Amino acid sequence: MHEIFELILSQLFMATHKSSKITVALLLILVLNSFSSFAQIDTEEVIDQSFNPTEMIMHHISDSHGWHFFGEGEDSFTLPLPVILWTDKGLTGFMSSEFHHDVEGEYVVESNGQNFVNYHEKIYVLNEGEEALEFDEETHAALNANRPFDISVTKNVASMLVSVLLMFVLFIGLARHYKKSKAAPKGFKNILETLVIFVRDEIARPQIGEKKFMKFMPFLLTVFFFIWISNLMGLLPGAANVTGNISITIALGLFTLALILVNGNKDYWQHVFWMPGIPTFVKPILAVVEILGVFIKPIALMIRLFANITAGHIIILSLIGLIFILETAGVAFISVPFALFITVLELLVAFLQAFIFTMLSALFIGMAVQEHEHH
Amino acid sequence: MELITPEYGLFVWQVVVLIILIFLLTKFAWKPVMKAVGEREDSINDALASAEKAKEEMANLKADNEKMLQQARAERDEMLKEAQEMKKSIIAEATEDANEKAERILEKAQTTIQSEKKIALAEIKSQVAELSVQIAESVVKKQLDDKKEQMNLVDKMLEDVKLN
Repeated sequence: MHEIFELILSQLFMATHKSSKITVALLLILVLNSFSSFAQIDTEEVIDQSFNPTEMIMHHISDSHGWHFFGEGEDSFTLPLPVILWTDKGLTGFMSSEFHHDVEGEYVVESNGQNFVNYHEKIYVLNEGEEALEFDEETHAALNANRPFDISVTKNVASMLVSVLLMFVLFIGLARHYKKSKAAPKGFKNILETLVIFVRDEIARPQIGEKKFMKFMPFLLTVFFFIWISNLMGLLPGAANVTGNISITIALGLFTLALILVNGNKDYWQHVFWMPGIPTFVKPILAVVEILGVFIKPIALMIRLFANITAGHIIILSLIGLIFILETAGVAFISVPFALFITVLELLVAFLQAFIFTMLSALFIGMAVQEHEHH
Repeated sequence: MELITPEYGLFVWQVVVLIILIFLLTKFAWKPVMKAVGEREDSINDALASAEKAKEEMANLKADNEKMLQQARAERDEMLKEAQEMKKSIIAEATEDANEKAERILEKAQTTIQSEKKIALAEIKSQVAELSVQIAESVVKKQLDDKKEQMNLVDKMLEDVKLN
């Protein structure tokens, strides 16, 4: 145990580089997972009470129906959120509280003549006449149920809506200021204005170019502030892990891809499909590489954001989890300062990732709309 | 695996929310903000440019003033010089004129004197002739008595005439 603990710490010291941070996160998950499997073997009769760090971490970084703040089981304080499902029989919905905090697929909710269960935060609709979920633990497939199209307002959606609301309040408030006076705003609004100008002058203008950057400013500003605010919100206790969710980052990456595909000019496509100025036999090979590149760019964007934010959360949760794994309050003297350090680092990462995502989006868009000098 | 499996519902939410967010923020926040910031920057740049221009104009004005002052000074100097010259020439002319006039007056006086002298001489001559006649008359009156006396008188008279 001690050796592994030391290994974690030494790895943490090395965790200054981005990629090594992700490595550490994965390593921690592996290590903690092995702890939990030991625990399961050793104490099979108390398996329900034993602390499972993987489950804890996954619970914290995954999406869920219902916004859990604290407490366990029936006593927990959870904000119920609407479950909205599109099934074979049409649209149906109910509040997540109707599952009574059950995530093991045991509590059946009836709605619209169908039976629903929540198994590990995934909603299943039971086949006609079935009363309980049967689950194959080996293949992880439901035997008598299938998944409806789930458009519930989950924890992530709710958190996203809070971010959106916050952005409306902040930036429409900023816009209102200019109706009253032409002068520069004071205080917090001045900070917001500085950030807007930062996005314009440090991201959009140099990457896209003087002529065309104004067209992409709304997208870049929205994405920058959405990611940053979501990142910061994710650091709050009990908050959702919005930008550390792959579905969210896929959507963000697709927006960048869509802008590149829609706005790419003739020059850009020529450079993709039939690169000028190179021997003809190389052109098809390069075309394959370039076409792959068109899609790899946004994929890299979405993986970078997802991995960085999730990794940060995993490290913090793992450090706190150590206290419960080792069952010694003394570990807190090491874990808590470390977790605090990582949290402060995450504040920086929150800004950095928003900046990098916006910066690279602007760069890729800039490449697609650039006017090449013909030689 | 669960971590990297996309959830379609969440994806749809994100796409819809982001589209609405971009649309609404563009309309109500980004456009007014960018416009106001741009306008402010333009006005600052304009103000700076016009200040620079004003400064330049001020410098030009100053230079013009200096030039005009210099010109005025030069003009004044020239005028003074001209006046000086004029004064000199006037004085010189006047002096010359006066000299000329004086000369002419003198000349005139001379000629007058000459003519007066001639007239006087002629008068004297005529008076002398008259006197001679009178003397001769008286001599003639006396001579009739004494021959010796007669000669004395003539001599004496001639002597007088010679003296004259």
